[in-house]
This record gives sequence, C-alpha cells and structure tokens, in this order.
Amino acid sequence: MARSVRPNQIFRNVNAKIAAIPMVLTAMVVFVGCTIWTVVHSFTNSKLLPKLDFVGFAQYERLWATRRWLISIENLAIYGICSLIFSFAVGFLLAALMDQKIRFENTFRTIILYPFALSFVVTGLVWQWILNPEFGVQNVIRSIGFSNFTFDPLYDAKIVIFGILIAGLWQGTGFIMVIMLAGLRGIDVDIWKASRVDGIPKWKTYLFVVIPMMRPVFITALVLISAGIVKVYDLVIAQTNGGPGIASEVPAKYVMDTMFRNQNLGQGFAASTMMLVSVLVILIPWAYLEFGGRKNDK
Amino acid sequence: MTNNTETTSTLMAGPRGPKPTKLLSPRNIMLYGTLIVVALYYLLPLYVMVVTSLKGMPEIRLGNIFSPPVEITTAPWTRAWSEACTGLNCEGLSRGFWNSVRILLPSVALSIAIASVNGYALANWKFKGANVFFTILIFGAFIPYQVMIYPIVIILRELKLFGSLGGLVLVHTVFGMPILTLLFRNYFTSLPEELFKAARVDGAGFWGIYFRIMLPMSLPIFVVAMILQVTGIWNDFLFGVIYTKPDTYPMTVQLNNIVNSVQGVKEYNVNMAATLLTGVVPLIIYFVSGKLFVRGIAAGAVKG
Repeated sequence: MARSVRPNQIFRNVNAKIAAIPMVLTAMVVFVGCTIWTVVHSFTNSKLLPKLDFVGFAQYERLWATRRWLISIENLAIYGICSLIFSFAVGFLLAALMDQKIRFENTFRTIILYPFALSFVVTGLVWQWILNPEFGVQNVIRSIGFSNFTFDPLYDAKIVIFGILIAGLWQGTGFIMVIMLAGLRGIDVDIWKASRVDGIPKWKTYLFVVIPMMRPVFITALVLISAGIVKVYDLVIAQTNGGPGIASEVPAKYVMDTMFRNQNLGQGFAASTMMLVSVLVILIPWAYLEFGGRKNDK
Repeated sequence: MTNNTETTSTLMAGPRGPKPTKLLSPRNIMLYGTLIVVALYYLLPLYVMVVTSLKGMPEIRLGNIFSPPVEITTAPWTRAWSEACTGLNCEGLSRGFWNSVRILLPSVALSIAIASVNGYALANWKFKGANVFFTILIFGAFIPYQVMIYPIVIILRELKLFGSLGGLVLVHTVFGMPILTLLFRNYFTSLPEELFKAARVDGAGFWGIYFRIMLPMSLPIFVVAMILQVTGIWNDFLFGVIYTKPDTYPMTVQLNNIVNSVQGVKEYNVNMAATLLTGVVPLIIYFVSGKLFVRGIAAGAVKG
C-alpha cells in the first residue's frame, strides 16, 4: 500500500497558486481576453449590441474618413509632442535646480508636486476658471490697461488644445521632476568631482556626461508620459468637453462617445484598437530595449 | 559684488579653499528667484480656487480672480456641499462624497489584500509560469482602458454586478493590481531571504509566514500602497462614469456634472468650492504623507 507516488505537480506550492488566482484572472481574462475580444469585434458591424458579423476593415475605413476622428488624432499629436517636450525640458530643469543643494528643497518639491495628487477633473475645472475670458487671465490683463489683449484658448478652436496642455503640464510636470531628480541623485558624486577637477563647466557636464548617463530614467519617463498622453480623457471632459464644437476632441473621448452615446459599438472598438496600436508602437521598442538585450541575467 | 564675480570666474581655475557661501550671490539669486517664480505658478490655481470660493457672486463679477475677497463668505461652501444641483437632483456634493467613501474603503482594502498576498507569492513562492503572468500583468497596465471597457461591462452584467458599487470595487481591484503587485513583489524581494528560510525551517507555511513575519515587517509599504490607492481611486472619473448609475456616482463625476451643467446661472464661487471639496481629500493625504507619497509614485516608475 505504501507506494511512494510522486506528488502531483499541480498541488506543489498550492497556496501560492491559490494566492495568484486573482493575478492570473486579471492578466488572462481582463488584459488578454478583453483586449482580444475588442480587437475581434472591431472587425464586425456591431451597433447597439456586439455581434460577430464580420465586415473586414470597413470600420477602420470609416474611422479614418471621419472628420472628428482626424481632429482627435491631430489634437493628440499636438498635445502629445508639446507635452513630451515641455515635460522633459521643464521636468529636467526643475530637477537640476532642485539638485543644487538648495535650502527648503522639501518645500519646493511639495509645492511643485501637489497638483499631481489632484484629479484631472479638478485640474480641468480650475484651469477652465482661470482661462475664462470674462473673468480670468484675459480680463485681469485687460483691466490693467491692455484693453486689446486676447487670451481665451478655451473658446478659440485654433488654440484650444494648448489651453488643455497648460492644465495637463501643470498637473504632471512635478511627477516627471521627481523621477528626474531620483535619476540625478543616482549619479555618482565622483563624476561631478572629476569634471570639476578637469575644469569642465557645469552646464557642459550636464549636457555631455550626466544626460547621457540618465538614459534609463529618460526612457522610463518617456514611457510613462506617452502612456498618459494616449489616455487623456477626463481633463478634456472637465475643461472643454471637446468644444468649442469638436475642436478639442481626443481619441479616448471619441471611443467613449461612439460606444456609449451613439451606440455604434463596432466603430468604438475600431477606434480603441487604434489606441492600442499606438501604445504598442511605443511599448514594444521600449520592452525590447529594456528586457530584450539582457534576458539572461535574471 | 565685483569681488563676488571675481571669485566665480577664478573658481574654475583651481581649488582655492572652501567655496564661498554668500547668501546673496548672483547664483543664489538666480536659483531661488527661479524656484520661487515656479512655486508661485504652481500655487496660483490653488490660491484662485480658495479665493474664488470665499467671494460672493457680485464681487466675482466686478473684481478680478486674483484679488483676495473683500467680504469673506462661506455660503458657497455650504451650497456646494448640500444644495448644488445635478440635473433634477439638488442634494449637493455631499452625496458624491459619501458615494466615493463607500467606493473607496472596500476597493482599497480588497485591492491591497489581494495584491500583497500576490506579491508575496511572486517574491517567495515562485511557481512555474508565475513570471509569465506577472509580465502580462505589468504590460497590461499600459493598455488604454478604452480597449477593455466594453467587455468588462459584459462581464459585470453576467456577474450581476453592473451598475452596483460591488462592480466598481471589482474594477478598481483589477486595475490597481499591476502597480500594487509590482510594489509588493519588489518590497518582499528586498527583505532578507534568511528570514523566510528560518521560518520555513521552523515549520511555518504559506499563510503563517505571511501573517506572522511578512505583514508585521512591511507596514511602511502598506502605507505607501494605501496612499497610492486612495488618491488613485478617489480621483478616478472614467470607471465611475461607466460602471455606476447616477445615484451612485462618485464625487469626481458629480463634480463635473455640477460645474459643467448647462442649466441655470453659473455660480463660479460654488463651483470652485465644489472643486476644492473634491480635491481636498487627496491633498490632505498628500500633505500629511509627504515623502511616502513620493515613494509611492516613484515605485511605479523605478522598476525592480
């Protein structure tokens, strides 16, 4: 009777497997399953309810022929590029300033980072108020004598996206600063000493030594900012709700509106699949750079 | 001053004793001047919110938004809290506040409980394939929510959770999992392995080690996770608007409906009071937690 049977592999370490069930479900059902479901249904002509009536790329053709989607993409591109440039420039400059062994560093950091604790809805509404042409910045500057001064980004279709950009940058640059500051602090003090011994001016040290050394931090920041840009939604909802007209629409809002308001599911799925593709375009090269080269050292 | 510029220019020529530490050197004026201007810019919206919310409407129409209130009134605050209207409902923001609290508490508790056990299993009890799922989980965090929103509606409807608080709690738990699991996994991995081994030798099992050794040792990381989740869930808008019904809308959604409602006369002071009320919870957490908040958000950025 006392045969020694090798214990079943499945029951080895069984508690850990039970503990990991939520993770496995999240990864497989939500992240993989739901994504595949959406991509598959983006090739159907689902309207009010999802159905598997395939129409090939028709939804995508319609999508790229829709003016509102093109405006959304254009807005996202402008917002994205400006937001990347400014986040990086401002974030790095602030981090460099904070790294000069200043007094009250904590106070300054606390002030610059606090918007990041606020939601996009709050951010959007505050800036909607500040940029209000009747009462906000425009009115204040007019009242001190410049009566022809115009600055009402939220009501001017041409520049409305920059009004959103101001708010987005206010909310997010503190976070980038913190990441960059962590990167700067991670740089060996000896590097600074060596460059001082060699008589290299500080700005040159930053430009030619420190910045190249911070490549991993920059890449992390790039990925985080880009992922955030694609998701921009609540900020626009709160600040302009896509207006004036459709001048400040963004892809995320297009998806939500087609799916839940216009009940045009297939179109919404196609648009969200395009969002997914844009994220993959950023993510795959990053994953390759980060993990591809040194898979063996783990 | 002339003496001062000389020191700066000769500084690079060679070491000449300790660096002079004059308080008002041009460098310091530039440095602190820039930082103060930047700090003022960042503080401005908060200041405008506070000032506007304390003024009466006549004063707002006459004055400019940056001037301090002549006559301080708290009426906008009480109106925002208990009278502001969304559509036909005029109960104010308090309803949204309590909805948010009801969403927040179970979501935070559930997501942290699950993610901590999960991170512990990944750190100390690796099983075959664990890393595959973990990698999928981390990459999943970058998928735009819009891609997964509709299938989740279907799943919640099948589970009979759609439109209920329970459904939203589940959604928050799922989407909080990548970052929290990463946080806990990295933390538990950084603990000395000898501890774990010693407990194993003494006969403690999976749950025994978790509750008696890991949990008591990792209170700081639990606080970090809590900060992360409380601010994240409180600030959520997208999930709230999709997975709940109007009478269970969280505060952010209700705030947006109040401020951006097209009916009636715009009461900017009430709007700003409402905005501040919504922002005050994460702000308190931020100012109280200080460095832990920074650690929490950096945890997502710095990979382990």
